Amino acid sequence: MAGAAAAPYAAGMGQGGGREALEAIVRGEAGLVLASLIARFGDFDLAEDALQDAVAAALERWPRDGVPERPAAWLTVAARRRAVDRLRHAAMRKDKADALRASEELRRAEQASEEADDDVPDERLRLLFTCCHPALSPEAHVALTLRTLGGLSTEAVARAFLLPVATLAKRLERAKRKIHDARIPYRVPAEPEWAGRLDSVLAVVYLIFNEGYSATEAEPAARRSLCGEAIRLARMLAALLPREGEAHALLALLLLHDARRDARFGAGGAFVPLDEQDRGRWHRDEIREGLAALRAAAACPGRGPYQVQAAIAAAHVLAPSGAETPWDTIAALYVELEALAPSPVVRVNRAVALGRARGPEAGLALLAALEGEDAARRLAGYQPYHAARADLLRRAGHGVEAAAAYRTALDLCRGEPARRFLAGRLAELES
Amino acid sequence: MQYALLFYNQPLDQVPAAQRETVVAEMLEEMRVWHAELDRAGVFRSMLRLAPTDSATSLRRNGDEVLVSDGPFAETKEILGGLAVLDCADLDEALAFAKRCPLAKIGTVEVRPEFAAAR
Repeated sequence: MAGAAAAPYAAGMGQGGGREALEAIVRGEAGLVLASLIARFGDFDLAEDALQDAVAAALERWPRDGVPERPAAWLTVAARRRAVDRLRHAAMRKDKADALRASEELRRAEQASEEADDDVPDERLRLLFTCCHPALSPEAHVALTLRTLGGLSTEAVARAFLLPVATLAKRLERAKRKIHDARIPYRVPAEPEWAGRLDSVLAVVYLIFNEGYSATEAEPAARRSLCGEAIRLARMLAALLPREGEAHALLALLLLHDARRDARFGAGGAFVPLDEQDRGRWHRDEIREGLAALRAAAACPGRGPYQVQAAIAAAHVLAPSGAETPWDTIAALYVELEALAPSPVVRVNRAVALGRARGPEAGLALLAALEGEDAARRLAGYQPYHAARADLLRRAGHGVEAAAAYRTALDLCRGEPARRFLAGRLAELES
Repeated sequence: MQYALLFYNQPLDQVPAAQRETVVAEMLEEMRVWHAELDRAGVFRSMLRLAPTDSATSLRRNGDEVLVSDGPFAETKEILGGLAVLDCADLDEALAFAKRCPLAKIGTVEVRPEFAAAR
């Protein structure tokens, strides 16, 4: 059985200047190659081990012979040979019943590896749906997706989620065993499951992004790199599912957020609200790509919650300045979002937008309406609710109440950037 | 691969006595329809409806002895009321049949694959 803790393609790296470039190539192709190996052999561990072998061979061979024209095809062929070798060895070690089974696998594997290899079939979508299968836990969805399609090592995924490596390795091991034992298929689901299954795949990518986006500068780079991984996955989904508006919309949403990453923190690491950010520090290329993805989403039938959220993000970045933010439009989009995906969180954001569009009293009234509902209990411990309320009260000129709300928000606050921002606002009120 | 569908639900004595007969008759009819569907698809292997847990007898080891005692493995609110064994291509197929099982509307259906040898 494979060492689940081993990096999929970090072993046996050669020395020298080209190493980083080679690693980048491998990283770019690993998901595609791994997916095709898993599809062929039906075995995660065998596929990972074989890929690791192939990568070791590539990093030895490529600096000498040059990078092949189609690195993915090269890696796939090499990995398939290694997989067949591994199966052959396993067959020799095992007893009769196992040997019979293994020899059948071997026969299939050899057939597979003999087929023409001009193109690596793109099996990533099948693999992604397997990784996000509802019979696996949500934690397993994220870990498996990052480990296989994101091409992150177990160590990197563990660092990103601030988990012990052993915990994550066990989680991956358990999920892979269940895929095997319960025979979870490698299949892109059909109707009537399609919509629900696609939703959970998109949610996994979004969750990966948010984990990275919520990271502060003090946290490990692996954590922040989750944003890049999520965007890669979203790009892949949008490319593989060109007719799914929500796939394009998710890509748009992630890019439009990520474009603002360098402007989110100000002096002293304090969080900076969107309309006060230095727009010169936004990444224009990502904004362009994000807006293009949003247009692609709008060209598809239907309009889902990611598209509305991306439209909100676009309204923010398209404003020439923070002062010219089209709050009316944004408030209307939040009404639409609340109808599509109602939650207290959306309501809080809607109240903030309405407060800016129609005056703070309107926003406060919307928040007050929440207090009678069941959601109020959940909101009591929700920091953004108190921060939003504090901001609306401040703008309405209720200084004392605003200060009290800022203090409640501060008590609930866990992230350092938000804490500094709230403390700064409170200090302004008290001066 | 064979999958066991384990049907957990509230014991029948939780249903008011006056309705019990109708409830059981309706469920049996729905199960008959489901069973026919399994047969048509060629996945049906076997099915068993179990008597209430007050008819259960459990064997427990106590040191070197095996004690025979009255009652189920554990007293729980929902009980194992029956099981079916299906032979399906993969988990998705087993889950699709399990979802259409009428008992899924009134309780929990646990789907478990047969034991597979480790690789």
